[in-house]
Amino acid sequence: MKLVYFAWVRERIGSAEEDIQLPDDITKISELLAWLTSRSDGHAAALVEKDRLRIAVNQEYIRGDQSISNEDEIAIFPPVTGG
Amino acid sequence: MKISVQSEDFDSTKESRLITDGRHNIGALVTFTGLVRDLADKHLKSMTLEHYPAMTELEIKRIAEEASNRWTLQDITVIHRHGMLYPGDQIVLVITASAHRQAAFDAASFMMDFLKTRAPFWKKEDFGDSKADWVDAKESDDSALDKWQE
Repeated sequence: MKLVYFAWVRERIGSAEEDIQLPDDITKISELLAWLTSRSDGHAAALVEKDRLRIAVNQEYIRGDQSISNEDEIAIFPPVTGG
Repeated sequence: MKISVQSEDFDSTKESRLITDGRHNIGALVTFTGLVRDLADKHLKSMTLEHYPAMTELEIKRIAEEASNRWTLQDITVIHRHGMLYPGDQIVLVITASAHRQAAFDAASFMMDFLKTRAPFWKKEDFGDSKADWVDAKESDDSALDKWQE
């Protein structure tokens, strides 16, 4: 699975992207976020404020929870501020 | 429809002509340009716009298609810049072309409201003295979407 991070999520994690092997018991976004939180202090700091995170699966926003697979690209980022 | 995400500046007059040249079914052209502003007391030095290259054009295209479904439009152009920008620089251009003005005005406003809240860009403001902050999303931008609920 490819994970991509932007803005302060990227800065707190200390990396713009990671390639991971998704553990078999993780099948949903909510489980992925909980698992990522335990990977490092940076991950924990980036992901602690769940309300301030936006998630895209394969370049499309998701609302609520969603099933995921090891082939997906998951993006985690703050609310956007373009325009 | 033209959508471009680029670091280079743009020329709104040239982009307007690209839409109107040789066509006689356009009665109204609305052009919106967003600029980097320095609010009085903050002394902004520069701003860096980060984006999600794999998704940005896709998402802008989804927003433009939604506008095309709601209004009868002859054309839409969106140019959004990324990278380092300075106060006074142009950031974003939206052009909507229609037979009638109301559709062009409304579609341009719709495009900007959704670009603000959906296009994956993030602004970091640099005030010098190593003070740089990510801009927080505004609740007023989210609530601006309410008026487009059907």
